[in-house]
Amino acid sequence: MMDWSWLIDGWIIAAGAGAAMACALPGTFLVLRKMSLMGDAISHAVLPGLAIAFLVTHSRGVLPMFLGAVIVGVFTAVGTQVITRYGKVESGAAMGVVFSILFALGLVLIVQAADHVDLDPGCVLYGNLSLIPLDAPEGGIPPAVINIGLALLLNIAFVCLFFKELKICSFDPQLATTLGINANLMHYLLMIVVAVTTVASFEAVGSILVIAMLIVPPATARLLSDRLGMTLILAVVIAAISAVLGHVVAFRGPVWIGLDPSVSIETAAMIAVMTGVIFFLTLLFAPRYGLVGRWYHRVKLALQIVREDMLGILYRWGERRPDEAFLKDDLMKAVGRGTLARVAFGSLQRRRAIENAGDNRIRLSTAGKDAATKLVRDHRLWEGYLATHFDLPLDHLHEPAERVEHYISDDLSQQLKEEMGDLGEDPHGRKIPD
Amino acid sequence: MILIGTWLLGVLVATPSIALALDSTTPHRSITDTRFDWPSWDNIVRVAMLRDHNTRVVVLGTSLLGLAAGLVGTFAYLRRRALMGDALSHATLPGVAIAFLITGQKNLTYLLLGATVTGVLGVLAVLAIRQSSRIREDAAIGIVLSVFFGAGMALMSIVQSTSDGNAAGLNQFIYGKAASMVRGDALLIGIAAIVVVVGTILMFKEFRIVCFDQDFAASMGRSVLSIDLLMMGFVVLTTVIGLQAVGLILIVALLIIPAAAARFWTDDLKVMTIFAGSIGAVSGWLGASFSALLPKMPTGAIIVLTAGALFLFSMVFAFRRGILAGAVRHYRLRRRIALQHLLRAMAEIEERKGGPTEVASNELLTMRSWVMSDLRRLAKRATGSGLITKKSWSELELTKLGRTHAQRVLRNHRLWETYLIEHADIAPSHVDRDADEIEHVLSEELINELELALEAGQDIPPSPHDDDVAVVAGAKP
Repeated sequence: MMDWSWLIDGWIIAAGAGAAMACALPGTFLVLRKMSLMGDAISHAVLPGLAIAFLVTHSRGVLPMFLGAVIVGVFTAVGTQVITRYGKVESGAAMGVVFSILFALGLVLIVQAADHVDLDPGCVLYGNLSLIPLDAPEGGIPPAVINIGLALLLNIAFVCLFFKELKICSFDPQLATTLGINANLMHYLLMIVVAVTTVASFEAVGSILVIAMLIVPPATARLLSDRLGMTLILAVVIAAISAVLGHVVAFRGPVWIGLDPSVSIETAAMIAVMTGVIFFLTLLFAPRYGLVGRWYHRVKLALQIVREDMLGILYRWGERRPDEAFLKDDLMKAVGRGTLARVAFGSLQRRRAIENAGDNRIRLSTAGKDAATKLVRDHRLWEGYLATHFDLPLDHLHEPAERVEHYISDDLSQQLKEEMGDLGEDPHGRKIPD
Repeated sequence: MILIGTWLLGVLVATPSIALALDSTTPHRSITDTRFDWPSWDNIVRVAMLRDHNTRVVVLGTSLLGLAAGLVGTFAYLRRRALMGDALSHATLPGVAIAFLITGQKNLTYLLLGATVTGVLGVLAVLAIRQSSRIREDAAIGIVLSVFFGAGMALMSIVQSTSDGNAAGLNQFIYGKAASMVRGDALLIGIAAIVVVVGTILMFKEFRIVCFDQDFAASMGRSVLSIDLLMMGFVVLTTVIGLQAVGLILIVALLIIPAAAARFWTDDLKVMTIFAGSIGAVSGWLGASFSALLPKMPTGAIIVLTAGALFLFSMVFAFRRGILAGAVRHYRLRRRIALQHLLRAMAEIEERKGGPTEVASNELLTMRSWVMSDLRRLAKRATGSGLITKKSWSELELTKLGRTHAQRVLRNHRLWETYLIEHADIAPSHVDRDADEIEHVLSEELINELELALEAGQDIPPSPHDDDVAVVAGAKP
């Protein structure tokens, strides 16, 4: 592999990142509207458009290519709708039928024209990103980068101009119609934008990567944000990061894993992998929707509940036999033993909420007693509240209170106290501690 | 709209041929030679009659593949899993590359084993993403499809720059190359196809229940999950063995298209399965034959185009659910409805005048919102069917047959109106429009039910609303 050169690698990154960013914008709306696979379909289906444009004009002029792709792109959307409506075929399958037929057609046409075009089936799939800088005129910008840049500008303009319309149509098409927005028109505009973006990016990154760029960064952004504007910005940023990382890894990767430096990895493919890696990491570590975060919160809550249950048991024991410490083993048994119980016990010890009474027995410390008092008070207040307001039989009060006691905040506790006045005892006749 | 749809589909077929035709007439031909190399007649005959051993092997292989894909595709289609196959097939690529990198040889068994492993991983990834996050299935499929494929391409580029030339054939897994199929490959496909066919026959009842009523299947004590897994297993098997012939991008078409095409012909699952299998097999056969004649062409694409042509044909011409059949049925119904409206209008006029009488077309014109030219065309048709007689446009009269018919429609109309007023508690002024639509489709049994419910005699009940109301509700003011 050659050395890093900004003149070459700079343009490769510019093309890759530009294409990724251009795709991320319309892609966000595809993902939001549950039409991700329409992006898949269109990026497959533009192939015959390009081939026919070439066969008719005998040139690789930009305009005919765009025109061909836009026509076929819209045709894919219309064809899917026609087959869904008149053939009563489910829309996913209808899409599959249309795009696979079109892609097959495109392949046949391209092979037919392949002898004298550099549009060969291989580059259809992964483009020829690494060759882009070679097309550049002396010291100028490579034409592919110009196309991608124009597509990016077009998409930015599209999103800015129609932000409100796109937003309403994505979340509530019926509302859009009542507001006088032509949801159908927006749908087809979006399809056209997708088709144009696909063609602009096609030469550089190939059809499969276009799908990755259309869908993966926006899906990643969806895991990070609930606001449309933020989602768009994040999607674009993630797209750009994936492109840069993708090229660096493709360039340096073989050396890192100890392969011969002459081994080359397709940059476009590596960018797709990078979008996937970022998606996977986000899926795990996103602050709000990430798996690890959600798992952590669940475990934390479970621990808290076990801890509080232990405190409650110790407190009630102390009520009945103030002089006798509790057997540690009984306490573990009461909360179901297991790792969770052990960890919770350890954490109570660390917080000095319990103290050792010797002979494998434990009792509440002063601090532990305070916490337990609050807990039991809330529990009994809640029982009192239930008994007063819900007319439940006595034996139905403990269960709900047992569950709710962990979620009663100081505010709620205060309100309960005011509401119930000086109750003194819970419905079972036990004293409500102060 | 139907016309537009048909036209668009026509364009789909016609465009390439026009493009090619244009192409062959353009003066540039000498420089950029895109002429289509037609195979010779002898060649066509030889391939069609399966005279070569090689052609026999390839045709047998792809037909069996098409058969298996049609069968499993039917259930995948009905389970609305059609595009899951797309994620699966794209996800096989890294497996092929990894298997090659590990073993260093192009042993089909190892390559397909690798393909199976990553393919299944891909499906699991789709399910996991869908289950564990707010990403919906469509996006999950797109993510898995493109990322796995990207990984596959990256590995492929490593393979290609490390191995000296003996990896050349790996690319055929992407676009497929049936022509390079040898006896062993066909045998492999054959065995897998037999497994799928026999499995489908044995499990047909289970598959059917799971497709149409999961809860029922569960209540019957069948494990929906294990049946589902078996179904997916068949899909995986078919996909993997199809890679070599059709290629991973287009194999999904072989799963979807025959099933979707078969759906047009029948409502019976058994028939649909057989049709889908046959369409798949025929596509495989024809596709392989074409591809034997045109060695330059990618086989997978040809097979898919053949299947696509069968799909379009089915969609337009199928007797059962085809667009044309639907349009004809719709047209016939509209004609019948229009005729019955004419007859009822005449019966109402006769009723008002107190007996059989001649009716002028001007009188009829006030009964509904129709224009004179439509009315006259209707009257002509009714005359042709012997339902009315026409001396002049102001002297139309129901024949005996026509009167029976007209009175039946009128009676249906009135019965339904009365029913709506008495049982559905709808205001008399609102029932006419509703009855207007339902009168044509009331079956014999339903009329009997209505008679029982309303304790009606055989005569025509009087209009439950003022005639003025009828005129206002159904006609021009």
